[in-house]
Amino acid sequence: MTALRLERLTLSRFRNYEALDWRPGARLVVIAGANGSGKTNLLEAVSLLGTGRGLRGAATATLARGGQGAWAVAARLAVDGERFEVATGTDPEPPHERRVFRLDGAAPRSQAEIAARVATAWITPQMDRLFGEAASGRRRFLDRLAAAVEPAHARALAAWETAAASRRRVLAEGGDAAWLAGFEEAMARHAVAVTAGRMALARELNAALAAGAAAPFPVVRLVLDCAIAAALGGEPALAVEEGLRAALVGARAADRASGSASVGAHRADLRIEDAASGLDAAMASTGEQKAMLVGIVLGHAAVVARSRGMAPLLLLDEPLVHLDAGRRAALFATLRGLDAQALMTGTEAGEFAPLADAAALFACAGGGLSPAPFPTVPRAW
Amino acid sequence: MGGPEVERLIALLAKLPGMGPRSARRAALRMLAEPETRMLPLAAALSEAARTVSACSTCGNLDTRNPCMVCADNARDRSLVCVVETVSDLWALERTHTHHGLYHVLGATLSALGGVTPADIDLSLLLRRLDGTVREIILALPATVDGAATTHWLTEKLAASGIAVTRLAHGVPIGGSLDILDDGTLATALKARRPVE
Ligand SMILES: [Zn+2]
Repeated sequence: MTALRLERLTLSRFRNYEALDWRPGARLVVIAGANGSGKTNLLEAVSLLGTGRGLRGAATATLARGGQGAWAVAARLAVDGERFEVATGTDPEPPHERRVFRLDGAAPRSQAEIAARVATAWITPQMDRLFGEAASGRRRFLDRLAAAVEPAHARALAAWETAAASRRRVLAEGGDAAWLAGFEEAMARHAVAVTAGRMALARELNAALAAGAAAPFPVVRLVLDCAIAAALGGEPALAVEEGLRAALVGARAADRASGSASVGAHRADLRIEDAASGLDAAMASTGEQKAMLVGIVLGHAAVVARSRGMAPLLLLDEPLVHLDAGRRAALFATLRGLDAQALMTGTEAGEFAPLADAAALFACAGGGLSPAPFPTVPRAW
Repeated sequence: MGGPEVERLIALLAKLPGMGPRSARRAALRMLAEPETRMLPLAAALSEAARTVSACSTCGNLDTRNPCMVCADNARDRSLVCVVETVSDLWALERTHTHHGLYHVLGATLSALGGVTPADIDLSLLLRRLDGTVREIILALPATVDGAATTHWLTEKLAASGIAVTRLAHGVPIGGSLDILDDGTLATALKARRPVE
């Protein structure tokens, strides 16, 4: 299977890096360093090569060293030995708040052109909170997974949000009914597109996991808890769209009072359950939840690989935390068998020693990376 | 640096679309290095255009003539009026050679988040043109949320006239502005226009 490879990464004034020129040089890469040394920043830089806000969801203006000014991330990537360069960073003109991209040195026609070339999948320690937090966090998670498979999902979602925010504003200002109707039509259309994208992702991911894409990690099932999804299960999309539009028109007075929309893509929640027992993941232990997340990211990578024809870059931030010895061994065995390149971080290089024959290790400290040998004797526990 | 004259030049250049202080400084320095060949001809062209070009009082196009070349062309189909947001969109459609009717430049699209309300869009010029010769109005506004909402709004405003209102069949990505689309895409969108539901 074809896979996306990171061959070289250069950072300028990005987070804690003043300047970095790094070549991972291996398919499996371990970045070890103390907390705060900049390991996650490095993965974040790679995640920004796609078109979203990266694995921390940070705003463009906050990513520069010292919190202000210009920054840039550039990478040489390769697919089947065919190299290309992707760069992103701030607009060179002050106030450096606008994000810009370069593909092989030139401005792309649109961000979609970048999204079509770069695919990433990631797991971070912050995702441990996914099961217990508000529904909005799970929606964002689901939408990010869907956008990695189908970049148009991000555009539909942005259009939905613009239409919903516009309608809120016009309602609050007591605006023109014909204008409101325009936004309601757009909201209905984009809400159906967003929901259909979420349903497709859940369906494909569930199928991949059921087929063993993340074995031996636990098989989970994603269940979309959403009225629009339920309607799309039984009616043609155009009928659902018309129903939503009519519901929005009918809810104007209530929505003006509440300052929100009574129906729409923002009402969905995602339930993650154990496929075998049907038990909600929110009830599982921390270790079990982490294993489920690893399973989801591996299953997602398989879905991305199939739909886009190339395995995505895997960014695994602290993947070993909360995993017991058996699960760690399973993760290492799985990574060995994948086509995807994986960049992993950890505070203890020794914990990755079982991968010593297959992975490159870099020590992360003082805003730089240096190649290091794996500790010869794995830590005794 | 360079005195107040140069600073003023840079400040004016920086206000142009696509320019910022850095690129304005670069452009100013390039021109100042060769004033005879680069700067004076530009100054002459600017002043000539400012003196001779104006907005067409019928459609809003920019031209040295008023009415503009499109409005004055008797070979064009006067029963067909294509409504665009900007002159740039009008010129983009003209490059495709697929629209043989007239145009109307709206000057803006509604934008709830950008603070452009129905009160900011003057429809009187357009409504005055609907004197019986116009049979179809094609709405060719951007494929953005605001463009779609403006299309909807305008369709309702034009409903009373009884004239057929159609819109571009956008195979256009969300957020697409007409003037950055390639000519083939635009031509297809125009041919496949459909009635607004
Ligand atoms: Zn004219």
